[in-house]
Amino acid sequence: MTTSMTKSDLLLLLCFAAAVLAGPVLLAPIGAGYPDLLQKFAIFGIFALGFNILFGLTGYLSFGHAAFLGVGSYTAVWTFKLLSMNPIPAILLATLLGGLFAAVIGFVSLRRTGIYFSILTLAFAQMSYNLAYSVLTPVTNGETGLQLAQSDPRVLDIAFGRDYGAVLPSSDLFGISMTGYPGFYFCGVMLILCFFVSMRIFRSPFGMMLRAVKSNQNRLNYTGLNTRPYALAAFVISGMYAGLAGGLLAVTDPLAGAERMQWTASGEVVLMTILGGSGTLLGPVIGAGAIKYFENIFSAFNEGVLVQAYSFLPEGLQHVMVWISSLFVGEGWHLTLGALFMIIVIFLPGGLMEGFNRIRAWITGRFGGGGGSLAPAAAE
Amino acid sequence: MDAIVLQILNGLDKGGAYALIALGLTIIFGTLGVVNFAHGALFMLGAFCAVTVKALLSLEKVALDPTQTTAWGTPLEIRTPYVEAWFGDFGTAMLNYSVPISILIAIPVMLLIGVSMERGLIRFFYKRPHAEQILVTFGLAIVLQEIVKSLFGANPIPQPAPDAAKGMIDFGVAIGFQAGNVVYPAWRLIYFLFSVAIIGGVFAFLQFTTFGMVVRAGMADRETVGLLGIDIDRRFTIVFGMAAVVAGLAGAMYTPILSPDYHMGMDFLVLSFVVVVVGGMGSLGGAVVAGFTLGILQSFASMNEVKDILPGIDQIIIYLIAVVILLTRPRGLMGRKGVMEH
Repeated sequence: MTTSMTKSDLLLLLCFAAAVLAGPVLLAPIGAGYPDLLQKFAIFGIFALGFNILFGLTGYLSFGHAAFLGVGSYTAVWTFKLLSMNPIPAILLATLLGGLFAAVIGFVSLRRTGIYFSILTLAFAQMSYNLAYSVLTPVTNGETGLQLAQSDPRVLDIAFGRDYGAVLPSSDLFGISMTGYPGFYFCGVMLILCFFVSMRIFRSPFGMMLRAVKSNQNRLNYTGLNTRPYALAAFVISGMYAGLAGGLLAVTDPLAGAERMQWTASGEVVLMTILGGSGTLLGPVIGAGAIKYFENIFSAFNEGVLVQAYSFLPEGLQHVMVWISSLFVGEGWHLTLGALFMIIVIFLPGGLMEGFNRIRAWITGRFGGGGGSLAPAAAE
Repeated sequence: MDAIVLQILNGLDKGGAYALIALGLTIIFGTLGVVNFAHGALFMLGAFCAVTVKALLSLEKVALDPTQTTAWGTPLEIRTPYVEAWFGDFGTAMLNYSVPISILIAIPVMLLIGVSMERGLIRFFYKRPHAEQILVTFGLAIVLQEIVKSLFGANPIPQPAPDAAKGMIDFGVAIGFQAGNVVYPAWRLIYFLFSVAIIGGVFAFLQFTTFGMVVRAGMADRETVGLLGIDIDRRFTIVFGMAAVVAGLAGAMYTPILSPDYHMGMDFLVLSFVVVVVGGMGSLGGAVVAGFTLGILQSFASMNEVKDILPGIDQIIIYLIAVVILLTRPRGLMGRKGVMEH
């Protein structure tokens, strides 16, 4: 199991890679086939994948993951400023620092479980957020956010004889600019890599141990096993994923602000994971994609679009419907998000993946004739 | 010395707000075993009760006065609030005292909101994991604050304190300092006294009434109370409503100190949770003590003398204390042994 992959896993990985690489074509019919949005899908997919390794496998609900995302972003922008505009050192350092930061916070937070763990991580994230706005302003540039400047040193670039002249540089991979489709493919390849790593963790004995932590940590402890290193490892790995995601955010758009670390941002990644299905392989990516997609669609709606959409109704009713709908779209997108959050937790705690499985079980139960097997084996 | 007294006073009103919210949180946790992330939203709703009452009271009747004209030559509009037109001087006083009046409105409104929240949503989550309780109430909090945002806009809406309480009180004179050294806004002092009164009321209610006795018994051992033939669920619903009222009153009275906006609930929620954790989950006394202590410590940390030594300490002091407490004494200052220690 540890050295080779099963056939179905290989197939899943290949399908996933193909789907990501063909993303621009596949998602074009629903109006999501443009690079800015696709980049977001990939980046937040990575973020949610990482969060899922912690929450989905070990059951530790962290409310502070946005802090690692923010650390990743700041690190990447600083790498751009000091070393090179090449994204590779930037994301390497972002991942590393995200992991380091997670190691420190995890070491302390993991001494507690349950809601105490959630509140500890929340406290650490709020601390980082507040510090980024106040004392750490020399590092984070406070409210303005950290930006590139023409006068940055960029030692590596200069050492290799690259001079950006009088324009503000943008990140590029050996000459390929990291905006538009190249940027998406860079993030997409990272997403596939992360998916592969996450799959290996899920299938490994280490992943098994993490699941054991979730199902009954006390018993593990009673058998004389120290579970904390395992949980800490999961926490650090998910912190590295978050750092990488933050780094990629900076690669596609080189600026970093503290609002990325706010706890509502941590809440968003929780929602992505739950919406897709926590503890499943594909779920978080689907959840992240769905939320970013609907965010994009819903925020773009405005009154004019709504009036047109309800133009078939009599005028009085039209006004009422426009008013009701306008609560949920545009500026009110967060209302939809909150409502979605509640609906998912209330009715479908297993997320979309559970929904798919239920539908599949219903179909096979109805048409397949096999009445007994309600839960298909390949739940992931 | 006067500087220290002043900082303690500064911490009291904020500490009062923390204590009131944390008290509700910990009551809900102790009785229902539910972690309510929407409690900050209840605080915010209470504040917006005050905003609504003020807005309703200041609805104006517009009359045109043809004898006077404005600079543009149109007849001068004379605007008089309806309450003034109807009740005269009494109406003016009502407008002036809109924040205290809003308390009377906030009590039934918050009770209704609290009870319907418990019946409509929370009760389905008693048996579900804490993580799901956190998530669903977090979602509810977002929904509530977004609704308020769409109704009242995103900007803070200043609420004036009654004229009589707008001034400053030279508090130092009362305790023997020189005049002018410890000067303190009157409304903040009122808020502190108000929070003490509410806290006292809640404790008295739980300690000295039969209802309170049953609730305390239910907190200790819910099953046995149920076996004795008492409908503990219904009492707990009322307790939830009560906690909502306490949070709402805290919010309504806080409006002259902090102009309410839609995300004030979230801001206070995180801090109140920290307060609950420091005080001890499910411990009423702990919540109150920790609320005031943290409020005062926060105001000490924002003194310039302290900030010079430890820059940024005012931003993180509360979280720092929470971390230290959780690591050294996980059950909190006054938490009972064995309750939620993990």
